[in-house]
Amino acid sequence: MDLHIQAIAKRYATVAALDSVDLDVASGELVALLGPSGSGKTTLLRVIAGLLQPDSGRLLFGDQDATRLSLRERNVGFVFQHYALFKHMSVAENIAFGLRSRPRARRPDKASIAQRVQELLNLIQLPELGARYPEQLSGGQKQRVALARALAIDPTVLLLDEPFGALDAKVRIELRRWLRRLHDQTGQTTLFVTHDQEEALELADRVVVLKDGRIEQVGTPDEIYSAPASAYVFDFIGRANVIEGQTEGGQLSVNGHALRLPVDSHSRSRARLYVRPHDMALVADGEGLPARVLSAHRLAERITLELLVEGQVRPLELDLVATPDAVTPAPGSTVHVRPLRYRVYSD
Amino acid sequence: MSEHALPLPTSAVRWRRPLPGFGLGLGLGLTWLGLVVLLPLAALILRSGGLGLAGWLRAIGDPRVIASLKVSFATAFIAAVCSLLGGALIAWVLERYRFSGRRLLDALVDLPFALPTAVAGITLAAIYDENGWVGQLLQPLGIKLVNNTTGIVIALIFIGLPFAVRTVQPVLEALGREQEEAAASLGASRLTTLRRVILPELLPALLTGFSLAFARGLGEFGSVIFIAGNLPMKTEIAPLLITIRLEEEGGVTAAIVLATLLLLMSFACLVAINAASALFAHGSRRGG
Amino acid sequence: MADARDQLQEPAWVRWTLITLAVAIMALVLVLPLLMLLGAAFGSGLKVWIAAVTEPHTLSALRLTLLTAAVVVPVNAICGVFMAWALTRFEFRGKRTLLALIDLPFAVSPVVAGLCLVLLFSPTHGYFADLLNQYDIKILFATPGIVLATMFVTFPFVVRELIPLMEQQGSDEELAARSLGASAWTMFFRVTLPNIKWGLLYGVLLCSARAMGEFGAVTVVSGNIMGKTNTLSLHVEVLYKQLGGEAAAAFAVASLLAGLALVTLVFKIWLEARHGDALARSHRRH
Repeated sequence: MDLHIQAIAKRYATVAALDSVDLDVASGELVALLGPSGSGKTTLLRVIAGLLQPDSGRLLFGDQDATRLSLRERNVGFVFQHYALFKHMSVAENIAFGLRSRPRARRPDKASIAQRVQELLNLIQLPELGARYPEQLSGGQKQRVALARALAIDPTVLLLDEPFGALDAKVRIELRRWLRRLHDQTGQTTLFVTHDQEEALELADRVVVLKDGRIEQVGTPDEIYSAPASAYVFDFIGRANVIEGQTEGGQLSVNGHALRLPVDSHSRSRARLYVRPHDMALVADGEGLPARVLSAHRLAERITLELLVEGQVRPLELDLVATPDAVTPAPGSTVHVRPLRYRVYSD
Repeated sequence: MSEHALPLPTSAVRWRRPLPGFGLGLGLGLTWLGLVVLLPLAALILRSGGLGLAGWLRAIGDPRVIASLKVSFATAFIAAVCSLLGGALIAWVLERYRFSGRRLLDALVDLPFALPTAVAGITLAAIYDENGWVGQLLQPLGIKLVNNTTGIVIALIFIGLPFAVRTVQPVLEALGREQEEAAASLGASRLTTLRRVILPELLPALLTGFSLAFARGLGEFGSVIFIAGNLPMKTEIAPLLITIRLEEEGGVTAAIVLATLLLLMSFACLVAINAASALFAHGSRRGG
Repeated sequence: MADARDQLQEPAWVRWTLITLAVAIMALVLVLPLLMLLGAAFGSGLKVWIAAVTEPHTLSALRLTLLTAAVVVPVNAICGVFMAWALTRFEFRGKRTLLALIDLPFAVSPVVAGLCLVLLFSPTHGYFADLLNQYDIKILFATPGIVLATMFVTFPFVVRELIPLMEQQGSDEELAARSLGASAWTMFFRVTLPNIKWGLLYGVLLCSARAMGEFGAVTVVSGNIMGKTNTLSLHVEVLYKQLGGEAAAAFAVASLLAGLALVTLVFKIWLEARHGDALARSHRRH
């Protein structure tokens, strides 16, 4: 089932939690809603679920207008951050809950329900735990049961609210990979909310980066990482260095330095160059920006330098792969650095 | 992947809350509140207003009325202070020390809550009576504990003590040791720590406990009337005078006036409790 | 090292003095009356106790007390659940006022509560006097009055117990149930009720104990007609006043009431010990 979000907006008092958001999700996609707290990602997820009422806009499941449907009517599979498993029911009863709650007419018979529950238990790789109770499970197991419970009703769309937020780092990574495999198996349209960019990039087919209730960029993880549409996205994903300069005539000059870097914009304005620590190189005098080495660390084959380019306020971090005979620059010495892959954003 | 046919929305215009039962819950709750609590109280307030200034002045002019209020107020106040002191001590001992029988003691604190007031009343009267267990011992010393205000205070301490304990206990529990340890590490003596670190944190709870015990003591009836002797002008509490006046011809006015005054005093306490609770909330947040 | 420890704890003699003092206060103020009660009730022998307890007026008082509780407790419990649901699962204006109003019965003297009912239902000067006389309905000096008075006084118990509990638990489980397609009643009986059952039981226990022991409000509305409109508490008072010194009968009946209270207390302790985690964290502030 594909999902269409059209001009959804939601305000709280003076703050716009969502500021006219448009998004199309294709059937079977795994989409990440990524952003810091306050970006509107959770609000958007909850609006899609029917937990929150939007002030304006439309929501379409397939080609049906779902905007006026209640939480119950939308048949979404919502997985809460803290699982919300029913404490007083066993794992099997939890998973069977949705099917057993159907009105007589649509309810499958006991045997079918039991079969489905076992299928799902196998799917989440916990075939023996049907009789256990939630308090006897680990965090990772609880999350998987919550997923199975949501899948049991054959949902229109699966919505996960920071699914791994309450788990240990190691479990988080394992479960992340497991979720991807599960998704590939079921082909279920899924949206999940996270503030962890690594998680979003590793897991999703497409990533939606949000800021202050607006979508900053939508794209594949590769697009988001290598072609960030704004300084915000660049900075949010991965590590970033910033160099202030001036664009003029299709080139960026930094602090009046002779160095010219080609850029897209042809206007004359202040701009900032964003570059990742491993996308710069040390070059000969005249080919790069002069910088003073503040600190240098060498660990096996990696050299990390902290440099201060003349005229800049913030230092740069530079990662180098060291060849065995490379010399680590000494603190205080001057080197020349040149950005290789970078993005320039005008102010 | 199956195709899903979503239902047609049941309401074209209204937003359906994700959870059901708001209308029913609030409706039923408000009706119940209105009929059982607000309606009777409204009746009192209306009748009270309807008495007019003349009616009020006449009622207040009766010396027995003023005397009964004085007795209620004074005994409730003294009892609340005693309850607070005893209650704070008991709460401290229960929370801070470990000794055998602590759990039993903790459970017993709730006894006055569970015991019917009339039962408490006749029991207390019997104990402190001249022939009673305690009364017997104190009689030779010339100490009388029944048929006087002392008896009333004793009865009110019985019912007020649990309030004081149960209000201070959770605060002590939540306080933890950290602040005391910090003070000790900075060189403060135990007494200083108690005075300057713990006491300020407990103050809102102490005030709340006092107000609760006081408010409860003002309105207390069953526990008191057996031990008090009920001598008009001397040991007659306001609630008792209300019942007496009610049974007399034309005594309704006095009853209404007394009741309203008692109500106002209780409300003043409620306000004080809320103010103390607000202080309490800020305090605990500050404490971290 | 010893210094630091001294600064964290009072010296042993202080501790033990305080403990002794606390125990002494408790013993004097709380335990002594209990012992006295048992002594006076059973002091004249078991036969006297049984005779007092099975006396026809006592039995009818017991019947009335139980009947009152049987009406008051379910009404307050069911309405309390609905009220707590509305207050903890939804946002709306006036919530704080509502919460304060719920506490009103605690701030009102029981005698005042009784008076309010007299002002409403007195056949001579009550607001509803005409209506009552027209249909020949008796509220005061009859069971309905006692029921209403008791309902007023025990109004907040269940709902106050449920509110912090339901607030603590949050609505995620119920929202999950709804998202899975549960109807309102399915959600309530399969998810909500199991989660609140111990808190509800606790509140019902407190409500019952108070309902059976209520005295002040009932005094005003009942008229003290022996065998007709006397609850156990009122009966105790009547016996005590009548018999004065040899009030063994009064104490016998009182011990019956006290027994009810003690059972409640024991049950309460058991509940806190066994299912403390299923009760609201701060449920001790009565």
